Amino acid sequence: MIPMLAKVSVPDATMFVVSAAIVLLGAIGVVLNRNPVRGALCLVATLFGVALLFLEQRADFLAAVQIIVYGGAIVVLFLFVIMLLGVDKSERLGRDPLSWQRFLGIVAGCLVVGAILVLAHIAWATGTKSVSGVASSKTVPNINLLATSLFTTYLLAFEVTSALLVIAVVGAVLLARRRTVVIDLDGPSTGLPRDDDPEHGGGYQDQTNPDPDSRGDLDGDNGDRGDRDDLVQVPEGIFEEHASGGHGS
Amino acid sequence: MTITASWYLVVAAILFGIGAIGLLIRRSVLVMFMCVELMLNAVNLTFVTFSRTLNDIAGQVVVFFVLVVAAAEVVVGLGIIVSIYRSRRGTTADDLHIMHG
Repeated sequence: MIPMLAKVSVPDATMFVVSAAIVLLGAIGVVLNRNPVRGALCLVATLFGVALLFLEQRADFLAAVQIIVYGGAIVVLFLFVIMLLGVDKSERLGRDPLSWQRFLGIVAGCLVVGAILVLAHIAWATGTKSVSGVASSKTVPNINLLATSLFTTYLLAFEVTSALLVIAVVGAVLLARRRTVVIDLDGPSTGLPRDDDPEHGGGYQDQTNPDPDSRGDLDGDNGDRGDRDDLVQVPEGIFEEHASGGHGS
Repeated sequence: MTITASWYLVVAAILFGIGAIGLLIRRSVLVMFMCVELMLNAVNLTFVTFSRTLNDIAGQVVVFFVLVVAAAEVVVGLGIIVSIYRSRRGTTADDLHIMHG
């Protein structure tokens, strides 16, 4: 490693070594940390190191987007979910119900790395002529090159991406929504959300209460996931537990 | 002279391997998700490296799309995790035995 890096200027080599160390140590931290919150913070370190590596390769826009989107949005979403669910307790790494699985996992991971390294020596890029523009230019900034390519050559893919985002948002809303079909034994089924039902008004507050003590009654006897909630016939007395234990559609 | 592309590719390969190992040995679905992000980042690094090597902007465009898809994937995946947690009180892979034989 030293002789190959000796030809490189000292700032370049230092920046590469430091950012590579940040990346790899952060990644090891994600895998080995028992606490998911610390794992997410190690993930931030890794993403920051990858952004540094992008910056070294003159991908300025991607380095900025990496920090903004990954570090600013995705990791925050992770932390939000971890803390919302209250699963930030330490996972026991020592005791594994399938102990051989961990050994096999490490062996398979090392095989993956070895295979990639071997393939990197066998198959190399062919260097085909570019169809989408150069990556670096003395006069044009990186972001202009990227935008020109994105809005001309890859315009269709860009439009499809916007559709993908809309679909993801709709899917997330559908997943997060509680299926609240009202099965009113005294009258016709209304199908309205429960907070619209004056008879059970206020029950919706209980569903969104993050207090773990009050969440314990939500799972009722919905253990059989084969049943859809809107098909369950429930007695009136335990109506709220069944109607609120929905798992989306 | 800048660093040769091989070093970036080696870092990316090791990063991908660490992500793969974490995906295989951890049981918490959230941590497995983070390991998937690690693997995505390794691939992004490879794309950017080849974009520089071949002097072709297409690699960076692909990374842009990967970022968007990763964001969408995280949104949907975390929604699934939340809805699993609602019904099962746990988010380890062992809780997801609905399809076991």
